[in-house]
Amino acid sequence: MNVIIISLIVLGVTGLVAAVLLYIVAQKFKVEEDPRIDQVQEVLPGANCGGCGFAGCRALAEACVKATSLDGLLCPVGGAPTMAKVGEILGLAPVEAAPKVAVVRCNGTCEARPRTSEYNGAPSCQIMHNLYVGESACPFGCLGCGDCVAACTFGALSMDPETGLPVVDDEKCTSCGQCVKACPRHIIELRNKGPKSRRMVVLCVNKDKGAPARKACLNACIGCGKCQTVCEFDAITVENNLAYIDFNKCRLCRKCEDACPTHAIHAVNFPKRKEEQV
Amino acid sequence: MSTFRIGGVHPHDNKVYSAHQPITACPLPKNAIIPLVQHIGAPAQPIVEKGDKVRVGQLIAKAGGFVSANVHAPFSGIITKIDTFVDGWGMRTPAIFMDVEGDLWDDTIDRTPDIVHEFMLDPKEIIDRITAAGIVGLGGACFPTHVKLLPPPGKTAEVLVVNGVECEPYLTCDHQLMLEHSEEIVIGIQILMRALGIKRAIIGIEKNKPDAIAKMQALCSRLLGIQVLPLDLKYPQGGEKQLIDACIGRQVPSGALPIEVGAVVDNVATVYAVYEAVQKRKPLISRVMTVTGKSVAQPGNYEVRFGTPLTDVVALAGGIPEDTGKIISGGLLMGRAMNNIDMPANKRVSGLLFMSENESRRVEPENCIRCAKCVSACPMGLEPYLLSRQSELQLWDEMEAHAVMDCIECGCCQFTCPSHRPLLDYVRMGKAKVGGIIRARQAAAK
Repeated sequence: MNVIIISLIVLGVTGLVAAVLLYIVAQKFKVEEDPRIDQVQEVLPGANCGGCGFAGCRALAEACVKATSLDGLLCPVGGAPTMAKVGEILGLAPVEAAPKVAVVRCNGTCEARPRTSEYNGAPSCQIMHNLYVGESACPFGCLGCGDCVAACTFGALSMDPETGLPVVDDEKCTSCGQCVKACPRHIIELRNKGPKSRRMVVLCVNKDKGAPARKACLNACIGCGKCQTVCEFDAITVENNLAYIDFNKCRLCRKCEDACPTHAIHAVNFPKRKEEQV
Repeated sequence: MSTFRIGGVHPHDNKVYSAHQPITACPLPKNAIIPLVQHIGAPAQPIVEKGDKVRVGQLIAKAGGFVSANVHAPFSGIITKIDTFVDGWGMRTPAIFMDVEGDLWDDTIDRTPDIVHEFMLDPKEIIDRITAAGIVGLGGACFPTHVKLLPPPGKTAEVLVVNGVECEPYLTCDHQLMLEHSEEIVIGIQILMRALGIKRAIIGIEKNKPDAIAKMQALCSRLLGIQVLPLDLKYPQGGEKQLIDACIGRQVPSGALPIEVGAVVDNVATVYAVYEAVQKRKPLISRVMTVTGKSVAQPGNYEVRFGTPLTDVVALAGGIPEDTGKIISGGLLMGRAMNNIDMPANKRVSGLLFMSENESRRVEPENCIRCAKCVSACPMGLEPYLLSRQSELQLWDEMEAHAVMDCIECGCCQFTCPSHRPLLDYVRMGKAKVGGIIRARQAAAK
């Protein structure tokens, strides 16, 4: 009986001393943290995709709390509504940003781009890219192993088995930019989504001269410059045998689409034209 | 018989097809494309212009830096343009294009067949001649030879290790070179020993080449300091770090160069090129390459001038066999499968292997069963199963911590894997990524 009482007292006193010590230490070395960081983090989507340029949502929340203006701080996943909420918590004015979407700038479908070899190695674009030109003769085009699909945390990308190219789901894409980083050939670009998701895009990144580009792929941009001539808004530049449409200047007149001899320029999400409907 | 201590595998050597085939010179082509990048390092800078007439052996492109190599005209003719061409892997590469008119040699080059035994040059002159001749390591990596001969301050060479191992299956060009030009190789070794100021050289030859061992031994028996060392068969014995371990029993520390343990390694083909450059003033304009495979009509060893289209060399060997599924430039394990063979021969192409359709197809990979066969096979003592997984998961920092930069990309791990996992594919990708990160860090530190 005695033994039990003694052990109870010893343990009880030890526990009490430890509790007091711990309390003092906790008070002494308390880390002061802005409670707003937690609040901001609560509003953020919590995907930790890194699309904002910070290491996860917590880091963005810390950056937002420290910042004096929300300029340059954008959660691409949550977009404007999330940033408005963040602004509310911090008492800062949200900065308007045009919604963006990932665009795969390659239209080298199986039909347009004849396969010249068969790849039998590990299914990774990066490995294939380090080894050689890829299964087609285009050294710039999509390799089709789906590194971008694997990188997308939102399920917005999928491979189209018919064309062998990745397809972006505009609804699901949050423009976090993970696919842009994953693509070894830098084909994917974040572009303005455009009004009603309508946009003009050059679906090619081939910088070769016309003849070899065309030989490698029927849909390649050959750098002829016709689109540049026809554009009234100075939106198109042709550099290194490749046309590029500046989405800030483009007014969606669709003239370049008609001018392009290889149909490298695409009008996305436009209603069908009258003559096409017939 | 000695060999290296860590790892290694025993693939079938398949050298019967082209072994003992005499070295045949490939006829001159009509047009030639001479790549400016035939070595590791900066591309060479062209010093000729369109319309220039050049002679064989004339310098046409200067080394673009210390780690770079000169390029000489392999034919006489007219330069037609300086442009890019699509290489065997579909990538655009800068090159000098020329119309071949004949075989008019530069006057300074000694073309007599006599073997020149005497050399009176001092080390600096020897290294100057090697630099001028654009000699690179012909074993596969194409590292400029003059860089190896100038050890960094504080380091001294003690022994020259000559690589006559040819551990790659199928390849026989070095073997044949040792049989046909053994005397020149021995003189070349003496020249290199003089250039490095050392008294000891070891020629490592695998025991599947007994005739080459006998021939070299007979020549070296009366020479002081040069020893011929027969080695047990094991791949990758031709890797320089493995060869140093096998020949002198020293292990090169992680991340260091062979000079750290006092060794300089050169391939027999490189040594032969050194002989020709120093004794005959002949720059590196040709090499011996093996064209082989199970179904090749006339597999053999061909002396090919750089710039000759590979299609010409293949035609000499009886054309592309019908059942070809894969063409590999270089050896079976370290070579690269090619996209097309419409490219010129150059310092890098040591062989062309034609693999049949069923030989070349990979087996569907299965899950890793943690048998650690790759760990015991890795000649660098790495853990390939772990590195490949880290690479898949993009854990670059951890890969660096696990010494991925030590990987020599020999392919033993993939060769030995019972689950046929593409280990090397992923490790190589990770190595490239980690290498980029390290270079970026160094650049930032500067």
